[in-house]
Amino acid sequence: MLGVTRRACGRLGHRGLTLTRVRPNNYFPVRYFCDEGIQDPRDQPRESMEYDVVIVGGGPAGLSAAIQIMNSGLAKEGEGVSVCVVEKGAEIGSHILSGNVFDPIALNELIPDWREKEAPLNTSVSQDKFYLLSETGAIPCPIPPTLQNHGNYIISLGDLTKWLSEQAEELGVEIYPGFAASELLYDKDGSVVGIATRDVGISKQGQVKDTFTRGIELRAKQTLLAEGARGSLSEEAIEKYDLRKGKDVQSYGLGVKEVWEIDESKAKPGLVMHTVGWPTPKDTYAGSFLYQMEPNLVLCGYVVGLDYQNPNISPYQEFQKWKHHPKVKEMLEGGRCVSYGARVINEGGYQAIPKLTFPGGALLGCAAGFVNIARIKGSHCAIKSGIEAGKAVVEFLESENTQVNGIELKTYQTQMENSWVFEELKQVRNIHPAFKKFGFYMFMLYSALETFILKGRGWWTFRNTISDADKTGKLKDHPAIEYPKPDGKISFDLLTNLQRSGTYHDDDQPSHLVVKDHLQSVPVDVSYAEYGGPESKFCPAKVYEYITEDDGSNPRLQINAQNCLHCKTCSIKTPKEFIRWTVPEGGGGPQYSGM
Amino acid sequence: RPCGARCPIRRPFLRAAVAAMRILVAVKRVVDYAVKVRVRADKAAVELKNTKMSMNPFCEIALEEAVRLKEKKIASEVVAVSIGPKEAQETLRTALAIGADKAIHVTTTLRPDQELQPLATAKVLGKVVDQVDPSLVLMGKQSIDSDASQTGQMLAGLLGWPQATFASEIEIQDGAMSVTREVDSGLSTIKLSTPAVVTCDLRLNEPRYATLPNIMKARKKPMDTIKIEDTGVDVTPRLKVLSVEEPAQRQAGEKVGSVEELVEKL
Repeated sequence: MLGVTRRACGRLGHRGLTLTRVRPNNYFPVRYFCDEGIQDPRDQPRESMEYDVVIVGGGPAGLSAAIQIMNSGLAKEGEGVSVCVVEKGAEIGSHILSGNVFDPIALNELIPDWREKEAPLNTSVSQDKFYLLSETGAIPCPIPPTLQNHGNYIISLGDLTKWLSEQAEELGVEIYPGFAASELLYDKDGSVVGIATRDVGISKQGQVKDTFTRGIELRAKQTLLAEGARGSLSEEAIEKYDLRKGKDVQSYGLGVKEVWEIDESKAKPGLVMHTVGWPTPKDTYAGSFLYQMEPNLVLCGYVVGLDYQNPNISPYQEFQKWKHHPKVKEMLEGGRCVSYGARVINEGGYQAIPKLTFPGGALLGCAAGFVNIARIKGSHCAIKSGIEAGKAVVEFLESENTQVNGIELKTYQTQMENSWVFEELKQVRNIHPAFKKFGFYMFMLYSALETFILKGRGWWTFRNTISDADKTGKLKDHPAIEYPKPDGKISFDLLTNLQRSGTYHDDDQPSHLVVKDHLQSVPVDVSYAEYGGPESKFCPAKVYEYITEDDGSNPRLQINAQNCLHCKTCSIKTPKEFIRWTVPEGGGGPQYSGM
Repeated sequence: RPCGARCPIRRPFLRAAVAAMRILVAVKRVVDYAVKVRVRADKAAVELKNTKMSMNPFCEIALEEAVRLKEKKIASEVVAVSIGPKEAQETLRTALAIGADKAIHVTTTLRPDQELQPLATAKVLGKVVDQVDPSLVLMGKQSIDSDASQTGQMLAGLLGWPQATFASEIEIQDGAMSVTREVDSGLSTIKLSTPAVVTCDLRLNEPRYATLPNIMKARKKPMDTIKIEDTGVDVTPRLKVLSVEEPAQRQAGEKVGSVEELVEKL
């Protein structure tokens, strides 16, 4: 279908814009247009503000770094230190999604009196259970040392993050939710000197609206990227500075989570249950979690490794199917699902950690990738990385070099390498890769060997050089999967569930999910033709749909960007990674509460 | 004077043109419009704990109109007022970031969606009007939590001022104000003298985004706090909410095979 042709703005000659056919479904990257004779507001220079430190992402890692900096002696004397945190979610916590069983080791270091300050760590773990499931049965397995949770807490990471933001604001950190950092600012020598927030007020067709507001530049001596897994600016920095040189390709899992309210008389707060096996076939790395939190909340979810081969897999549907297992159903029956969400999690472990610093900035938390997949925990490492980055920043600000651009926080890198984070991750480094190497049952035995006896002391390190997208098998080589219909009580249809995430984006803006310039033909010619359009199956928000004529011909990709949960799976698992994930207008996306 | 009614002397049109026009905008902190609201287990109210709250969308429109009037130099000052708990200050800071010059926070522990009811709100706003002395009060047509659509009308009645509700267009020229209202039968345009109360409807304007520099500057703008008890108004709720329930579950539809079957079922 031919789209509408648009005139280019007369004054935009230097941008090289010409008449372009625009397909109506935001297929192409956005070109901006405006009426003849009016200067394109995007030509205006941006207003600029200066800070000592700018932190992108108001999650545990970013806020811990901010708190660490403001707690230092340097921040309390003289003019102090100016720290700014920008967060694309509408509020702090809106985009936080995690199981979560929390190890307070790093919090004890950051804020030793967290108990007196009423941090929301209220449910201590009282029981650990681990099952190998079959369709109706459940074989209890011994709990490996990595999954023993004595001394840990079942929490809502979103609530903890909100609490951290309150601590940070009291210390004078400036936190701005609702602002999406869309661009890294570079100096002439190529070092990072800050970020710019996204222009807002552009219509779906690329027209400048009355409400157009230019983004602003936040310039800083150090820019800390704490965007979480597969952060958009973080990936740009990793690529530009080749931070993955000599390291493994990062691999990911997609975690889908629901929060349920159940009858208080049936509730068992403190229960931690993990399962493997049914329903996902044994060639796919997957498992579930179910945690019970006070007073009557069940936090449950399913994680599917994105290195799966069968292109028909739908992590969301696997999750819905799993809930029907007797062991799970008995807990959820009669309860009410109150929240839904999804987010990717790093699975590459020790081998995939990139170099952490670049000229003018650093990667924190899951943006780097410190999740311990054997323990299924990463928030304690994220907070620790925030602490170390904070310490390194203070050292830098106290030094003589602050007038020079492009300084790298070398102490941050060395401190992390010498910390318990790297030690912990090194110990479990071979466990996740063993799955693909050995197959399901041998993997279980090998994991037992590693966690009980070897503890990473073997001289070998299993490597992974193939991206998750390249591991997808062709449609013709894999069986179709028939998922059961939702019953509306235990399992739900995706769009009904999606409402429970509160996700919303203003309709009249260009799609933030962009097909890469050089891969324009991939969706129809490769993804749909050879793989059956896996994005239409893995997306936990039904953003991607292939629409055809009645007879099945003429397929085209439709991107319903408004549904997006910001999980980032599409930037990882679309064939050839044909989607580039960019930030939409700030304040959009999920509105998670208590996730 | 009974019910605090204003003396019905009108300022002549001409004098309004010469005097600097001050606009009072009343804004309310409500559950964000995109949130999927849940009922509390005890059915006494809606669950507000951990729920995202924002400025009422119609109040945003009213505020945007006030700021535009200031930019057109028709108004000289915009004062924002909100009645609510401590967190209402965030809503007022947003109002300051959009362009209000000054904010007044009337603190109360009453739940703004249930216990603080329109008549009491209107009376308290009447006291604020006495203090601020505006020529125009702009408000949203209704709040999206209680959906009463009463406060603006009651305020005008108590003050004895003219009112224009559901405004989709406001024109102020040479001191004369004409307002186009959206009514069931179409559009109705009326002329008002000032001071007046106008409540704003959806199509009046599209509110702007608060920019980051303006949010930062808003922290320094003045905000006064008044305790609701100190206004002297009796705000005891006169209506009691007996219970709050979710709407009935939608019954599953039934597919019929033919027109005859449908007729039979009907």
